[in-house]
Amino acid sequence: MAEEKRTRPPRKKPERIPRQEMPVRLPEVRNKDFNEVALGFTPELALIEAKRCLQCPKHPCVDGCPVSVDIPGFIHLVSEGDFIGAAQKIKETNLLPSVCGRVCPQEEQCEQVCVVAKIDKPVAIGRLERFVADYEREQGAVELPKVAPSTGKKVAVVGSGPAGITVSYELLQAGHKVTIFEALHELGGVLVYGIPEFRLPKAIVAAEIETIKKLGAEIKLNMLIGKTRTIDALLDEDGFDAVFIGTGAGLPMFLNLPGENLNGISSANEFLTRVNLMKAYREEYTTPIKVGKKVAVIGAGNVAMDAARAAKRVGGDDVEVSIIYRRARDQMPARAEELHHAEEEGIIFNLLTNPIRFIGSENNAVTATECIKMELGEPDDSGRRRPIPIEGSEHTVETDTVIVALGTTPRKFISETTPDLKTSKWGTFLVDEETGKTSKKGVFAGGDIVTGSATVIKAMGAGRVAAIAINEYLAGL
Amino acid sequence: MYKIVKKQDLAPNITRFSVEAPEVARSRKPGQFVVIRAEETSERVPLTIVDSDPEKGTIDLIIQKAGFSTTRLVSFEVGDGFLDVLGPLGRPTDMEKYGTVVCVGGGVGTAVLYPIVKGLKEAGNEVITINGARNKELLILEEELGAVSDELIITTDDGSYGVKGFGSTVLQGLIDDKKNIDLVVAIGPTMMMKAVAEVTRPYKIHTIASLNAIMIDGTGMCGGCRVTVGDEVKFACVDGPEFDAHLVDFDEQIAKHHYYDKEQKCQMDLMIDKAEEERA
Ligand SMILES: Cc1cc2nc3c(=O)[nH]c(=O)nc-3n(C[C@H](O)[C@H](O)[C@H](O)COP(=O)(O)OP(=O)(O)OC[C@H]3O[C@@H](n4cnc5c(N)ncnc54)[C@H](O)[C@@H]3O)c2cc1C
Ligand SMILES: Cc1cc2nc3c(=O)[nH]c(=O)nc-3n(C[C@H](O)[C@H](O)[C@H](O)COP(=O)(O)OP(=O)(O)OC[C@H]3O[C@@H](n4cnc5c(N)ncnc54)[C@H](O)[C@@H]3O)c2cc1C
Ligand code: SF4
Ligand code: SF4
Ligand code: FES
Repeated sequence: MAEEKRTRPPRKKPERIPRQEMPVRLPEVRNKDFNEVALGFTPELALIEAKRCLQCPKHPCVDGCPVSVDIPGFIHLVSEGDFIGAAQKIKETNLLPSVCGRVCPQEEQCEQVCVVAKIDKPVAIGRLERFVADYEREQGAVELPKVAPSTGKKVAVVGSGPAGITVSYELLQAGHKVTIFEALHELGGVLVYGIPEFRLPKAIVAAEIETIKKLGAEIKLNMLIGKTRTIDALLDEDGFDAVFIGTGAGLPMFLNLPGENLNGISSANEFLTRVNLMKAYREEYTTPIKVGKKVAVIGAGNVAMDAARAAKRVGGDDVEVSIIYRRARDQMPARAEELHHAEEEGIIFNLLTNPIRFIGSENNAVTATECIKMELGEPDDSGRRRPIPIEGSEHTVETDTVIVALGTTPRKFISETTPDLKTSKWGTFLVDEETGKTSKKGVFAGGDIVTGSATVIKAMGAGRVAAIAINEYLAGL
Repeated sequence: MYKIVKKQDLAPNITRFSVEAPEVARSRKPGQFVVIRAEETSERVPLTIVDSDPEKGTIDLIIQKAGFSTTRLVSFEVGDGFLDVLGPLGRPTDMEKYGTVVCVGGGVGTAVLYPIVKGLKEAGNEVITINGARNKELLILEEELGAVSDELIITTDDGSYGVKGFGSTVLQGLIDDKKNIDLVVAIGPTMMMKAVAEVTRPYKIHTIASLNAIMIDGTGMCGGCRVTVGDEVKFACVDGPEFDAHLVDFDEQIAKHHYYDKEQKCQMDLMIDKAEEERA
């Protein structure tokens, strides 16, 4: 993949151009609506930023990307002003560049290993990726890929998140018939029900999904596989030759603390689903949503930041939203950019603090959270210093809304009804990493259902791996 | 689009629909439900599958106007379609032979109860059904329940028909008459299920309640339907909707039902305003 020939200009001496900042809307303006926060590069900014790339022959950035985007290749095209060519270059390995450019944790992936980072801030790979993909779409220049002649083979893709979308796209191109089964009433998985509009506009996700429809995928919404139909029925009765399972990790974890079932306490999934999928923030939609004046969000990952920032927007000016997190600042798992944006928007960080119980009123609504202060001890299994409660530091914080964002695990509809699918004790599917093959013949899996909650690009990478294996499997039938 | 093929008013505010949903019809079992979204701007509403016809590919629903969303659903006509129908969801009722079973239904809970009565009868149980309503006009499914029960007792709160009083009182009477009861199934308003659970508790009669928890997705993704059952927290849409009534924290459920009262009232007011505007 990464080894193909590239035409590159001769190596230049590094020019001292600073990393170009991406225009963003003012915090006090944007935290009142759901329009996108970051505005993206202009062509001028993209041209300048592209010059910062050294076109390194060893291109460590490519190895830092889970789907090995030809980063120097596309940036070279950007520097020549061929934005559409650049977008097409990325799409050779990454189908959703306008999504990944926005939500990839670049600072831990491609940009972390960028050579420029040794002397300066890394090349803004993600921002460039986002720019060219947006440019291509806005110019109406998105072209449908070539499709191989029909093979007559049928594949069922279960779940329409990034993993399912990627698999479908690749298999359709290979000439197979693809039917996508999705439990919810919209395609896109976490991209539509989890990540809010202000970070990932749904019109962009819809445009990407449109491509799959144009390539001829059959879409079946409201199909909860394991309930509406089983995997065995798909294979044995409905004539599918193979099945890909990309059902994600959708089951929210709770703290199991006293009072957690009080009114006003919900999972981030519930809160974000009401906001994003059910569009509670739009007047014409009837979904109820409630945010009080003192909101506590438990957790510090991307999900917690999304919930906190969405709560701020729903709750209005005088709402106070705090993150409660038991570890310290530099241990917060959310992307750096999201933390920064959250802080700018007025989210309060209550660190080294852990909730121990929730206190309610007589009508069963939460009124306060009892917390305890923490200090950092020895490193634990994850290598992070373990938080330890400080005795006697218990205190109560006034709270009328609590959003629990602790992470998610896979649901069991499929594993319970397909006994020959092997799972781990966490409920994730056991697969061969090189192929996505499960323990059941003709059944492949990838994305969060295999790894537990991870990232969009990792789910897409798993989808690509599985698509190659499915192609091989179908060829051998 | 899931087309409506039949619509019938059963009582003031209670309507029965047959809806085309072939995938649901062929896999559904008694005790299971669907989640329906009427149109793009609608909420997702959980509704029990009262009956199904796998051949015709239809499911039957009985909907009571409770607020904004159900009122909107009931305004749909034959030939219209609901935008989304997802199911069958939840665990089916365990249809074993228990012996003598008393089924207590109240209000629209009677609709939820009907497929269970039918299933329990088919499983070889002696089924006594207590069908309660506020008054005669609101009583539904009398004939249908009569056909699948060994004995049917009607109660109305105001005495306008059948026995005057509550289902729980009649159940107490059956127990006092030394009737040997192996299982009680209670489905209706949360207060009523709580009352039934209190009647059977001292006699340790196994009692099941079908909870109408607030739901969003119905697929175990949001946790909005959490219920405390004994020492455990369960998701009603995945682990239920039926639970051991002696373990359920009914007060918590009642409180949850009032959480969005204000927002829902706003929706209703808006709808009424709009209707009046249109009339003017
Ligand atoms: C709020 C939030 C913010 C995030 N932010 C980021 C970020 O900034 N950057 C990043 O890289 N990652 C982020 N992530 C993680 C990322 O979204 C996931 O890792 C990724 O979406 C996983 O993709 P997937 O295809 O495996 O599953 P999902 O996206 O979870 O999609 C699974 C789909 O399968 C459907 N499904 C489930 N069960 C069934 C069934 N039985 N039958 C039919 N359909 C079924 C679901 O409804 C869903 O649509 C975030 C996640 C959340 C929740
Ligand atoms: C598993 C399950 C099966 C159900 N089966 C049926 C059925 O077969 N027929 C039927 O008519 N109804 C059924 N319900 C109840 C139905 O879903 C609610 O009446 C409906 O969601 C209320 O929506 P609304 O917007 O019309 O009313 P709202 O304005 O939302 O509420 C009006 C009143 O109903 C209460 N309410 C809100 N949501 C629910 C809920 N999920 N369950 C019960 N009460 C609620 C509110 O607390 C309020 O008092 C079922 C509920 C569940 C969970
Ligand atoms: S897909 Fe993500 S990791 Fe790969 S190059 Fe693009 S932004 Fe970087
Ligand atoms: S490592 Fe950085 S500078 Fe080198 S090719 Fe990749 S993006 Fe360009
Ligand atoms: S309704 Fe969302 S988990 Fe049950």
